[in-house]
This record gives sequence, structure tokens and C-alpha cells, in this order.
Amino acid sequence: METRKKPISTALKAAFPVTVPVMTGYLCLGMAFGVLMKANGYGALWSAAMSLVVFAGSMQFLTISLLTAAFDPLQAFLLAVMVNARHMFYGLAVLDKYKGLGKVRAFLIFTLTDETFSIVSSVEPPEGVERKPFYIWVSLLDYAYWVGGSLLGGLMGNLLSFDTTGMDFALTALFVVLFMEQWKKKEIRPAGAIGVACAAVSLAVFGADNLVIPAMILILAVLLGGRKQLCR
Amino acid sequence: MQMTFWQAALIILVVALGTQLTRWIPFWLFPEKKEPPKAVAYLGRVLPAAMMGLLVVYCLKGVQWTAAPHGVPELVSVAVVAALHKWKGNVLLSIAGGTILYMLLVQVVFA
Repeated sequence: METRKKPISTALKAAFPVTVPVMTGYLCLGMAFGVLMKANGYGALWSAAMSLVVFAGSMQFLTISLLTAAFDPLQAFLLAVMVNARHMFYGLAVLDKYKGLGKVRAFLIFTLTDETFSIVSSVEPPEGVERKPFYIWVSLLDYAYWVGGSLLGGLMGNLLSFDTTGMDFALTALFVVLFMEQWKKKEIRPAGAIGVACAAVSLAVFGADNLVIPAMILILAVLLGGRKQLCR
Repeated sequence: MQMTFWQAALIILVVALGTQLTRWIPFWLFPEKKEPPKAVAYLGRVLPAAMMGLLVVYCLKGVQWTAAPHGVPELVSVAVVAALHKWKGNVLLSIAGGTILYMLLVQVVFA
């Protein structure tokens, strides 16, 4: 097959453009994270190391406050599980896509962030590009942006002269676009609406800091409760 | 730095463990070789759309609706992203357009 000649570079060419929004968001947020770490006495190597082993944006920002509070590893562990609980749904949703990919599956699971999940679950690799290298590149590029951003932020401190306020909106825009991509599938639309509605209700009831877990429970309840209707 | 090197390293390590646990649980519960229950397969189909909806709301959770500018920069930018995407269907264009507009709105117009 002609298309199989250079699966690596064709997959990279297909994966890179879809990760550009993530690059914008991750570089900005990663740098902000590095700068904040630095301001709290943790240099670039600490930031890069944390990004390498944790790779979860909002949790890493929270970890800065854990690092500057009293030493409490159990609390840190529980907080990480709760803040990142939404990842469990991502795993469920890509069980099928990540099937039969061999050893690299471990890397794909290790790097399954909000943004990586949103791409692999919404964007199909183009014609002639295999699933496996496409997912690997998306995951690897996103990982590199995040680690690179935090390293840069730690190295530069707040030397940045360019005002990046609002640049992290790229991630919001990414989710809006990928939501619309999901919306194209008619039979999936009710699920999308349920996600928005449950999250909005949860935000109104539980507030901005505690919205995720109640929203997940609501979503699960409504999706499972309405399964007969939603399955057509 | 109030913590010792090893205390800080341990905190980062347990945060990594907690995070990874949430990523691995579904794959441990439903291993590749076994066919997952029908309900799980169903969730796998509908969850991406629902979670994308949750993520959009999650990104907008910090907006102060009752104080100026009442979420106008966010709402306008989201609307522009959606309109651009509907019109051209180009992911990069939609995101770049919306982000540049948002930056202008928060840095210049509503500064």
C-alpha cells in the first residue's frame, strides 16, 4: 500500500494542525505555572519535573498551594483523585479507540488530559493515516507543549513583555469547536445537551469550585436513566 | 521553600499517583480482552459529547455574570468561535479568531 510508506511523518502532519490550539493554551498555561512555581521558590527543574510526572493542568496549579502549606501527602493524594475524577469518564469513552494498540497504550493512558481526550474522541485520523501513530503524535505533542511551557516559564520568571492575558481562551475555543464537531452526529446531540445542562445546574448549585464531581454524577445518572430513549 | 526536598518530591509523587489512578481505573475495570458490558459501550459512545459540554461550562465557570462586564467578552467570543466554525468549518481559524477577539476584548475594550 502506497500510503503506508511513511506512517510516522504522515501521521505527524495530520496530528500537528489539530494540536495547534492545545499548543497555544498549554504554552500559556504551562508558562504561567512555571512562573508561579518560581515565585513560590520552586525553579524550572521542579516545574518541568512536575509536568513530566503529573501532566494535569488544574491539579498542578493546586499542587503549588499544597507545596507551600503544611506537609500532608494523604490530602494531596485525595485531592488529586477528586480533582481529576473526570478522567475516569475519558477512559470509558476511549476504551474502544485505544483497543489493540499494544504497548504504547500505556503512554496514551498516561497522557490522557482533557485536551488530548477532546481531540482523540472528536477527530478521526484522515484517510490514509493509521489510528495508532495519529494518537501517539497527538498525545506526545500535547505532552511536549505542556512540559516545554512549564520549563520556559520557570526559566524566564516573569520577564515576558507581551501581554498574554486571555490567550488561554484558546482552550475554551477548542472545546467549543469540538463540541460542535460532536454535535454533527445527530444521534449524539441529546448527550451533548445533557452535558451542558448538567454542568450548568451543578455550577449553579455547587459553585465554581465544586462543580465537576456533582456534574459527573448527574451526567451519568441522566445518560443511564435515559438510555432507552437515547439509544433510539 | 518551606518543605524539604524529599517532602516536596513526595507531594508531587502522590499527586501524580492520584492523577494516574483516575486515568487507569477504566482500563483496569474493563480490560481489552474482555467485552465490556453493553452499558459501558453505550457510555463510550455518548460520553464524549456530554464531557465536551461539561468542559465548555467548566471553562466558563469563573465568569462573573452579575458584575461588569457580565460575561460579555466570553459570550461574544464563544459566539464568534461557533459562527466561524459553522461558516468555514476550519478548526484553526475558528479558534484563532475567537482567541484573538477575546484577548482584544479583555485587554483593550473591557480593560
